Amino acid sequence: MAKVVKHVAVLFAGVMLGGSTAAFAGGPSDDKLVIDDEIEIITRTAAPEGHPLDEVISGWHYRTEETRALEADSFQNPGMLYVERGEEIWNTVDGAAGKSCASCHGDDGEFLKGLGANYPKWDEANNRPINIELQINACREANMEAKPYKFDAADQKALTTYIKHQSLGMPVEVDLTQGEMKSWWDKGEELYYTRTGQLNLSCATCHEDYNGNYIRADHLSQGNVNGFPTYRLKQSSMVSLHNRFRGCIRDTRAEFPAAFSDDLMALEVYVTWRGSGLSVETPAVRQ
Amino acid sequence: MAAPKPRVKVPKKASQGEVITIKTLISHPMESGQRKDKKTGELIPRKIINKFSCEFNGQVVFSCDLDPAVSANPYMEFNAKVNEPGTFKFTWVDDDGSVYETEKKITIE
Repeated sequence: MAKVVKHVAVLFAGVMLGGSTAAFAGGPSDDKLVIDDEIEIITRTAAPEGHPLDEVISGWHYRTEETRALEADSFQNPGMLYVERGEEIWNTVDGAAGKSCASCHGDDGEFLKGLGANYPKWDEANNRPINIELQINACREANMEAKPYKFDAADQKALTTYIKHQSLGMPVEVDLTQGEMKSWWDKGEELYYTRTGQLNLSCATCHEDYNGNYIRADHLSQGNVNGFPTYRLKQSSMVSLHNRFRGCIRDTRAEFPAAFSDDLMALEVYVTWRGSGLSVETPAVRQ
Repeated sequence: MAAPKPRVKVPKKASQGEVITIKTLISHPMESGQRKDKKTGELIPRKIINKFSCEFNGQVVFSCDLDPAVSANPYMEFNAKVNEPGTFKFTWVDDDGSVYETEKKITIE
């Protein structure tokens, strides 16, 4: 009997310890992310003016040690497979015009350096913001005379990943002075703070008020998007930003908007701005 | 994704008797055979890498069987002691009988 009691006591102490450890481990990690011992990634930086938080922190800090290690070694990072595939697509001729991306933009990646860090941009022709996926489609239609990619087509994700990867380590910066970017930013901000769904959650509920805490088994980050498209271990595949937006909104048990709709483009402008100054991490590795 | 493509990282040089780290990765969906097609309700046939081996100058230094619980794009890392110059040969065996191979040479300094 005494033995049993002792056992229970140990178990109880274990629970207590577990509880306090969890609270302690709840915040972001203190590690530094250096990819291949070469490329230093800015994963913490001072928030831009008007940001509700003092410091913006990459989602990398909120993942487990094992997941963080995957991203720090480009050989281990499964997302790099999609970067390679994206490079193949970049150099492959498609469409009636007989062109590849490389026909106009070159094959050495020089053209792409820094480009992915500055999207979304203002698209004068369509009078709305444009992201990498839509830019690829615009180029395919106008210059390559090829069919635009459907949302989340494997090639769309791979090519987007390749393009953003060329800005690895460079800080995210969105130019809100272009066109009407500011009004889209305003709309995005409004959506960010609007509670939706049966669970009545806004983006801010989890990613601003409770980041660093656990929602069931999931460790909530600030929801920055500097690593997208992201390799998610759960899907064993690349996950695009708009897929992730829709997933989050679905999880609040709300109806979710279509990819690249005005709502999600506004949200992309606003959320990308919230992560200003963080390095592009594409392809980031997450849970 | 395109056809499975093996990737291997082996140092080019080692000193005699040195224990080196070898990293391998292959792009592969590792379909477990336990998932159903959402539209038809039918089982998606199993297609995984079921064997991996690494030989050095014809002698097996590391090998393993893989099972359906292994994630997509299996990554393996192991150590090997290098006593002489030679060639590492890596082999992945697919459920459909396909064999993916690659080789890496190493010299002794």
